[in-house]
Amino acid sequence: MCLAIPVQVKEVLPDNMAKVTLDGVSKIISTALVDDVRPGDYLVLHVGYALAKIDPEEAERTLELLRQAALGDAA
Amino acid sequence: MNVMTKPYKRKLDVRNGLVDLSHGAGGRAMGLLIESIFHKAFDNEWLRAGNDQSAFGVEAGRMVMTTDGYVVSPLFFPGGNIGTLAVHGTINDIAMAGARPLYLSASFIIEEGFPLADLDRIAQSMGEASREAGVPIITGDTKVVERGKADGVFISTAGVGVMPTGLDLRSDAARPGDAVIVSGSIGDHGVAVMSKRENLEFDTDILSDSAALHELVAAMVAAGGNHIRLMRDPTRGGIAATLNEIASQSGVGFRIDEEAIPLKPEVAAACEFLGLDPLNVANEGKLVAIVAPEGVDAILATMRAHPLGGDAALIGHAVEDANGFVQMTTSFGGGRIVDWLSGEQLPRIC
Amino acid sequence: MKYIDEYRDGRVAKDIARQITAAADPARSYHFMEFCGGHTHAISRYGLEDLLPANVRMIHGPGCPVCVLPIGRIDAAIALAMRPEITLCTYGDLMRVPGSNGSSLLKAKAAGADIRMVYSTLDALKIAEAEPEREVVFFAIGFETTTPPTALALRFAIQKDLKNFSIFCNHVLTPAAIQNILESPDVRKLGTVKIDGFIGPAHVSTVIGTEPYEFFAEEFQKPVVVAGFEPLDVIQAILMLVHQVNDGRHEVENQYIRAVTTFGNEKAQAEVANFFELRESFEWRGLGEVPYGALRLRPEFADYDAEKRFAMVTPASKDNPACDCGAILRGVKKPADCKLFGTVCTPDNPMGSCMVSSEGACAAHWTYGRFREYARTGEQARTVEAGKAVA
Repeated sequence: MCLAIPVQVKEVLPDNMAKVTLDGVSKIISTALVDDVRPGDYLVLHVGYALAKIDPEEAERTLELLRQAALGDAA
Repeated sequence: MNVMTKPYKRKLDVRNGLVDLSHGAGGRAMGLLIESIFHKAFDNEWLRAGNDQSAFGVEAGRMVMTTDGYVVSPLFFPGGNIGTLAVHGTINDIAMAGARPLYLSASFIIEEGFPLADLDRIAQSMGEASREAGVPIITGDTKVVERGKADGVFISTAGVGVMPTGLDLRSDAARPGDAVIVSGSIGDHGVAVMSKRENLEFDTDILSDSAALHELVAAMVAAGGNHIRLMRDPTRGGIAATLNEIASQSGVGFRIDEEAIPLKPEVAAACEFLGLDPLNVANEGKLVAIVAPEGVDAILATMRAHPLGGDAALIGHAVEDANGFVQMTTSFGGGRIVDWLSGEQLPRIC
Repeated sequence: MKYIDEYRDGRVAKDIARQITAAADPARSYHFMEFCGGHTHAISRYGLEDLLPANVRMIHGPGCPVCVLPIGRIDAAIALAMRPEITLCTYGDLMRVPGSNGSSLLKAKAAGADIRMVYSTLDALKIAEAEPEREVVFFAIGFETTTPPTALALRFAIQKDLKNFSIFCNHVLTPAAIQNILESPDVRKLGTVKIDGFIGPAHVSTVIGTEPYEFFAEEFQKPVVVAGFEPLDVIQAILMLVHQVNDGRHEVENQYIRAVTTFGNEKAQAEVANFFELRESFEWRGLGEVPYGALRLRPEFADYDAEKRFAMVTPASKDNPACDCGAILRGVKKPADCKLFGTVCTPDNPMGSCMVSSEGACAAHWTYGRFREYARTGEQARTVEAGKAVA
């Protein structure tokens, strides 16, 4: 369960809020559960609250593993 | 001695006034409202004649008639309002039969307390939409109901049109092998409206795609009307509902390809936000055409050359299927059914 | 869409699928349970099982908080919402869930109850602030992902000194559910259901981390791979599970490394611990009474606990006896095995928990996958007729 989507922080707002966007669609959400949020960060958003930051290095690592698996198979 | 002067005719306070029960009572107040708002916005020879009904000549051939009710909420949304929706939607119902729309009627049920400024805005944009489409609103009606008995305003319409000879589009005409063509991106209208719904607000540049499709249809008919089995506009329920309806009525199944379906990235993103499936989201300026294989190239090219069909795409085919399933190959490579929903699609958290 | 589209690439999927086929031992079969309803939905919606070899199959687990909510809790919420002073705020998922006697929140709204669909607890708080004369109650459901947003709503309500805001708490816990399945006779003793490993939930794990699953891997000797929500995440996790089974390992692995850490979001966990405590027992639809599987508000927050504030009574509820949801939730049966599936029980007219939400095993199968059954058995008119009958 728990539909959550990766959104990018456009603007940090007072009181632990932020304006976030996904492909041009933006919403104002709460970042009270995540520390040190900056514009440009990617967050996991669920029902109006950010639950975690997406780690861009780990994300890239996963994609690499996926692509490698594909390559390795083709070999 | 007082000279008899013409009685002072009070103007309607469109800017700050509200609709009240006297405006529906059939007296001078109602006459003033109709003239100041509706006649002014729709202005044409029929309305100037001031009758309860309007007469027009009938062309030889088969006539088409349709009726619709408009209850959209919110009344004003990015890309349109209840009025433009009413004009476009009624014209489209006629156009889906392949017919040329001729005239519209518009009947208004207005809630007591509704701002005249909003009513004027709606009427003005209906007038514009009607003039742009070349389909005049030649008769109408106005009623006012007590506060709480209508959601601001409800609009009911009727439209008449004439069928070109030789064209016979029928809902049961789809055959295995026929192509499924959609005229452009899906989900725009539903997302635009939802973005303004209370408790779901999000900011987006998505506009409703509300548009009159009769000229696009005329071009398609000219390019290959004899190859068009049927057309339908995928309004409430989206293309999922439309394809399932046609499957059921024609006794076929459909196989469509997710990658081929035009979808704006912003619409996709909004659907992700709310957990909606774009296939179930309403469209108000798009059509689905079922076309015999030999007509596909010409019709697709014609559509793409028209401003309202620039993103037209072939998304699949009809097949033999006793179960009437609409099946889709997902972008991921696996298969799934495209089912039609029982009620309105609701946003989900799970 | 960044961090979404890359993980939906069909070409990469085909290659991973080939790897799975190559790795899977033809002499045996592999059964993996995806615990989370969101994974069930993703698997069905992308037709992922079509890419897997025949000897690697998915079993759909009970991780659907809407599905496991007992009818009695819906009835209690409807009864509350019918009181004239109450404004009940709810997520969209609950609007159409049937209560007893064909009722639902949607129908209660039509009958005059002030029920408002919201996207977030933040919206419910806004309503409470804007309408101080209304008693605003938030219908809280969900696993550990959705609980911190409820906890924060309470924090904000207290900060703003709101006197008209309360929570009807139905939050449930993932590890308890996994435990319940693993300890059920079908799994533990009888071996009726063979579960070779678990796909761990994506977003529950962003909150609780991967650490809580260590116990299960150890105690029940089953591998757990925590997977992201996108289809490539899921298929990669399946490959990882096949490897673990082949190697005889039973570890907790994390595929969703971009969002999940070992210890999770400790801030969120602290917020939850501050406001909630464990219920000794809570009825889960289809699973019966589950010990320490659900939460309630701590006694010091009684003013914000709708059950206490409004003396709510949860009536006992009985599911249709022919309904096989319990067996389906535990993986003992498949949706098509249930006599009611597709005949009386459809998403339009759900009889049991698995059909109620779009990610329940039966609903997902009906909505996205039932064509496979009909292709195999040739049962033709059944579904079309059933569809017409309830339309």
